[in-house]
Amino acid sequence: MPVDELALQQVSDKLRWFTLDRRDFLRLCGGGLLVCLAGDAAAQESGRGGWGGHPLPQQISAWLAIDERSQVTVFTGKVESGQNIRTSLAQSVAEELRVPFHSITMVMGDTDLVPWDAGTFGSRTTPTMGPQLRSMAAAARQLLVEAAAQRWKAAPATLIATNGKVTNPGSGLSLTYGEITHGEKLTQTVSGDPALTPAPDWKIAGTPVPKANGRDFVTGRHQYPSDIARPGMLYGKILRPSGFRAALVSVDATAAEKMPGVQIIRDGDFIGLVAPDEWTAGQALAAIHAKWTVPPQTSNQDLFDFLQKNAEPGDAAAQANVDQAIASADVKLTQQYTVQYIAHAPLEPRAAVAEWYGGRLTVWTGTQRPFGVRQELSSAFRISESQVRVLMPDMGSGYGGKHSGECAVEAARLAKAAGKPVRLVWTREEEFTWAYFRPAGVMEIRSGASRDGTLVAWAQHNINSGPSGIDTPYNVATKLGQFHEVSEPPLRQGSYRALAATANHFARETHMDELAHALNMDPLEFRLKNLTDPRLRAVFQSAAQQFGWGKTPSTPQRGFGIAGGTEKGGYVAACAEVEIGPDKKVRVRRVVQAWESGAIVNPDGLRNQTMGAIVQGLGGALFEQIRFASGQILNPDFGDYRVPRFRDTPQIEVILLDRKDLPSAGAGETGIVAVAPAIGNAIFAATGTRLRAMPMAVAAPIVS
Amino acid sequence: MADFTLLVNGAPYRVQAAPEEPLLTVLRNRLQLTGTKFGCGEGECGACTVLLSGKAARSCITTVSSAAGSEIITIEGIERHGQLSPVQQAFLEEGAFQCAYCTTGMIVAATSLLQDHPHPTDEQILTAMDGNICRCGTYPRILAAIHRASAIMAQKKGADHARG
Ligand code: FES
Ligand code: FES
Repeated sequence: MPVDELALQQVSDKLRWFTLDRRDFLRLCGGGLLVCLAGDAAAQESGRGGWGGHPLPQQISAWLAIDERSQVTVFTGKVESGQNIRTSLAQSVAEELRVPFHSITMVMGDTDLVPWDAGTFGSRTTPTMGPQLRSMAAAARQLLVEAAAQRWKAAPATLIATNGKVTNPGSGLSLTYGEITHGEKLTQTVSGDPALTPAPDWKIAGTPVPKANGRDFVTGRHQYPSDIARPGMLYGKILRPSGFRAALVSVDATAAEKMPGVQIIRDGDFIGLVAPDEWTAGQALAAIHAKWTVPPQTSNQDLFDFLQKNAEPGDAAAQANVDQAIASADVKLTQQYTVQYIAHAPLEPRAAVAEWYGGRLTVWTGTQRPFGVRQELSSAFRISESQVRVLMPDMGSGYGGKHSGECAVEAARLAKAAGKPVRLVWTREEEFTWAYFRPAGVMEIRSGASRDGTLVAWAQHNINSGPSGIDTPYNVATKLGQFHEVSEPPLRQGSYRALAATANHFARETHMDELAHALNMDPLEFRLKNLTDPRLRAVFQSAAQQFGWGKTPSTPQRGFGIAGGTEKGGYVAACAEVEIGPDKKVRVRRVVQAWESGAIVNPDGLRNQTMGAIVQGLGGALFEQIRFASGQILNPDFGDYRVPRFRDTPQIEVILLDRKDLPSAGAGETGIVAVAPAIGNAIFAATGTRLRAMPMAVAAPIVS
Repeated sequence: MADFTLLVNGAPYRVQAAPEEPLLTVLRNRLQLTGTKFGCGEGECGACTVLLSGKAARSCITTVSSAAGSEIITIEGIERHGQLSPVQQAFLEEGAFQCAYCTTGMIVAATSLLQDHPHPTDEQILTAMDGNICRCGTYPRILAAIHRASAIMAQKKGADHARG
């Protein structure tokens, strides 16, 4: 094994130590340099004054350790779920510290080892955790240079840090970082803002470094949360109600209880079981007979009616103001758009392995919020957070769907009652039913434009799906964006990749297309006429140019559409080409998407994310939809809930605009928002049929 | 419960399991071969793909009793003596994954496809692979990786020939 790999192995072996805490870690490292980030800078990243109204815990400091072998360990509460931050954050650290990429080990999402963090969502990792770790790395480099300068009695400014070494060009001497820190126990706190390397000078950041530990993924060696096994571990199952909001009437578990090794665990309406193997656990669950009453509740067909009737009223005066401006416009348009509930359907369902030991609880689970789950566990079992450790092995994705810790709590409940470690992996049906959904929504847009194509007034309302992306980036003299909450929506809803920005962009970019047609203008020309934001203009123009926008007119068999927008610091524009078959079957043939999110940290990872966002966006655009009635999900499986597959995938061309002069923004989410309206606008261009409901190929005169 | 002898990755394993227990849980829980993944348990996603007598099969809907006696190859057996197979190498080189939870199933399915069609057309790939879901949407890269694997295999074959 090469020396570097061996060293890495040793670091991770130490981290696997069960009761290891951060101090122990340092001790095991036998000294070296440890850098912490002081309160203020750390607080800025971690939650802007608290999370969910809770004050921030005292102990928030990012850590970076350099040991005697020049191995660097970085601690962060962010987690890896396929968005590639394990790689991109390590690149940023390697860059500022001037060490080879492979000398870095990222310790992520282990609540005993990493500083507190609100969670991995909202495209916050790259714009906040990135600079934070870079600051620490830059400060660490400075300290190492100063330490070397002291030994050599040289001026720090004359020394060069490169490739894990400090060199004195005058004397030709050099010391590795490990040699500098050898035998020392240096702890240094960083505050203020050390100068960071500007993006044009990057050598490791900004390059297409392949995914860290890629080999472990192609060999199956990587252990996902659902792969974790503990000695003596049992397998859990939970009895689910027959519908939402159900009450238990009666239960008979006698047959199940008689099965070998099965233990039924009951606590009020919570009924679970453990068994020595997964098969027996499933058989035992099937043998439990329970009766439930499910109250009548809203179904798909009444969904939008329900949302509109139960929406919080908006600001009438503000709307009246926009209406007045619209009244004087040459062209007026009012339209409604809808989006259905959809599921995240991560390929790895919720999973947790829980183990109690001496009153202390350890849970391995797939979550975007390890510290949030730690808090859920601590309050569920009334133990202090310091008695709970949550570990998050890189998971089989989440897309915003794994913020909550219900599976972790269930596994811990079973493990506590059984007195043994328990693994609980949700079935696909459970994942489709008992997780939460991307909220459905009704969007209404009222607009007015003058004959020459200038937007004069714009009001966009969103009922239930959320406010993000509701503000139009186009120039409009009188405008309004209003979100109307529904206090008790029919399904449990929560975060999702780009969440409401998808719905709001679908509505706005479809409406822009409608206005363009009403004005007899080219849809791109109409947008650019009303747009000054140079970054958004740039992505529109790049996508259009590569696509050949305007070169070929749409025909009834082939339509072209365009859409774009900005959210969370990312700028996106997409052009779509659809083919309409004689059977009205729509196939998306080609998507060209231009993306800009400041300086690119890893172009390969970014391209991959953008491509994935297009494919995922296509599912929600055309066919993904949760069907539900009377408190039940009617399509809780991949046979009935259709997700994009190989055959659905169009030719995809991604254009990345690298703005090295701008800070890097997150890129996991916004790449999804332009896909649906671009496809819908292309369908209109071909067929003359305007589709205002997502998914568009359901209950519409097209199929897919 | 009954006793079965499974031939997995070239070695015999004796397991005790109910005859109807899926091969998937036997591999994952009883033999600790966790590279084969659970995605749906209903034959709809391909995450659990293994080679059964050389052909891609869904281990979640294959019973242990029906698999006994057949040669079973899991992702752990695709790598030989620390050497990645051409398909694994191609996936790595193309970066054909994000969360990579689908990857092992994709690699096994692609391995089977390339045995049948050493130079597959796009259409043949789509037909063979449409049952494998990548929720992260990495399909274009997986397609490219399969073509690349085919090229690597052809090259190896050429080299072997040259060596005679
Ligand atoms: S787990 Fe077997 S096909 Fe999905
Ligand atoms: S890479 Fe995540 S499911 Fe394929």
